Amino acid sequence: MLSFALTVLLDGISYGMILFLISVGLTVTMGLMRVVNLAHGAFAMIGGYVAGYLTQQGGNFYLAVIGGAAAAAMLGAIAEMTIYRPLYRRGELSQVLLTVGIVFVATGAVTGIFGAFPYPVVFPAYLTRPIDIGFREYPAYRLFLIAVGATIAAVLWLVLDGSTYGARLRAAVDNPAMARAVGIDVNLLFTGTFIIGCALAGLGGAIGAGILSLEPAYALKYIVLFLVVVIVGGEGSFGGSFVAAMALGIIDTLGKYFVPEAAAYLLYAAVFVLLLWRPRGLLPPKSAA
Amino acid sequence: MIRGRPVLTAFGHALPWAIAIVYFYVAPYALSFGTQVMIWILFAMSLDLALGYAGILTLGHAGFFGLGAYAAGLFTIHVSPDPILGHLAAVALAALFGAITGAMILHTSGVTFLMLTLAIVSMLSEYANQARGLTGGDDGLQGIRLDPIFGVFEFNIFGKTAYVYAAVVLFGWFLFAWRIVHSTFGRSVDGIRQNPRRMRAIGTPVWWRLLAIYTISAAMAGSAGALSAHSTRFVGLSVLGLLTSGIVTVALILGGTRRLYGAFVGATTYFVVQDWSAKISPFFWEFVVGGMLIVTVLLLDGGLLDLGPAAVRLRDRWRAGREGK
Repeated sequence: MLSFALTVLLDGISYGMILFLISVGLTVTMGLMRVVNLAHGAFAMIGGYVAGYLTQQGGNFYLAVIGGAAAAAMLGAIAEMTIYRPLYRRGELSQVLLTVGIVFVATGAVTGIFGAFPYPVVFPAYLTRPIDIGFREYPAYRLFLIAVGATIAAVLWLVLDGSTYGARLRAAVDNPAMARAVGIDVNLLFTGTFIIGCALAGLGGAIGAGILSLEPAYALKYIVLFLVVVIVGGEGSFGGSFVAAMALGIIDTLGKYFVPEAAAYLLYAAVFVLLLWRPRGLLPPKSAA
Repeated sequence: MIRGRPVLTAFGHALPWAIAIVYFYVAPYALSFGTQVMIWILFAMSLDLALGYAGILTLGHAGFFGLGAYAAGLFTIHVSPDPILGHLAAVALAALFGAITGAMILHTSGVTFLMLTLAIVSMLSEYANQARGLTGGDDGLQGIRLDPIFGVFEFNIFGKTAYVYAAVVLFGWFLFAWRIVHSTFGRSVDGIRQNPRRMRAIGTPVWWRLLAIYTISAAMAGSAGALSAHSTRFVGLSVLGLLTSGIVTVALILGGTRRLYGAFVGATTYFVVQDWSAKISPFFWEFVVGGMLIVTVLLLDGGLLDLGPAAVRLRDRWRAGREGK
């Protein structure tokens, strides 16, 4: 029984880590610059496809993942400077439409370049084997996801909590006008953070390909999940995103074990009720209060 | 609105219906394409009421379309093969669903509302996927057999009946929508989009007005779904997908919001472009449509119907510049 509970927990946490890695950039876009960014999943998809291509060509897995993250970051930088900037002053409708447009373009481009079928990332052999973790054998891949996710979450936490950059970012999320008034270059801060967010999404798309499989519909299919993490956690709230991603991962896994036929809509029903109860999410940043 | 001389205005109003009639005679081999376009015009027009006029930011309209389609199909299979009855049942169910969900979520706005609509349509989609016995799951709903309309006009493989049926339904809804947006009710909804707080201050029951327009919009979308189920005699799971909501939004925005005619121009453009670019390469249409959407949002605030006025503005500016020299 205990071993079963631990297995469910590990499954849920490893899934949650992927959701967190991909969504953490989105919470910045939506919390800091108030852009409804439905295209965030496209950056994760592109990171995954680039990593998939590089590993299929026989490249080193870790270099390929870094390559995927770099590609997502580069496209993110270009998109931020050309397409996103005019959006900051526009209404939510324009933002939704334009980012949906980006999703369409990315989906078309990926189908054109890589084909319409699921596209695998080749993981190193030692990640595809189960390993002994004391009470049972467990897939090494999922442990790897947990390790990477936990490391990055810890680094993010240290940076956000301890560095000047983190203090500035938190200040800008809580009150952009005041942050500008005290001399913080909010626009530059945002561009930089947007790029980091895209890189993390690309990284998550690449290493998470074993769970969220890569296909042209990826960008549209999973964006609802990423949005749920951000909105449920509270826009602009990093801690909230982490909690929401873990909760989502564990609830979804539990649902799949116990009520497989109802799991998917129970998840959305939970989100629905939660948003009616707390429209600003679980842990909204201070400014939202 | 089409401005200018009265004769031109009348011509403008008659144009879409004239095209629909001419199309019936010149393209009898492609009537199913025409039917599909008209169904999506109706769907886009329903979105125009909610998103365009009332400013309700939703990505859940596929829910009403899909619900209408499944309801029409299931009614035909299990209750009565009469198409009119099935259509009415679908419209009633979509309106009811719109009223219930609207009452639950319309007090929120912006991103929260958007997420709530996404959650609702995702629940519907997952339910339709799981309830294989009822909906056929991802194989889709098959076996829809229809009686002739009024016992006279039979549905056949050439799709003549389906085409005329769709055109008549579209025309009816268009008159209804036209009446609504030019009524005091329609004006107040337009006001709510522009400034809900001020409308509340002058005594408008904002929430009730939004609920009313949302319900009407849901009924129209359900009607479009019913037409889709009846004309193709099939309902696929994708009617409830996010892509369906995305496409109808694209179709509306391409044409332009708050004009009713925007839906006509947008949906037609969308399907012509999709048809044409899919012939070049199966992935190409998404690329083209996405690109069109980005350009429309960044450059043409009012959609393709704004091309004329935008060109006039450009010409005036050019003239003014030349006279200035």
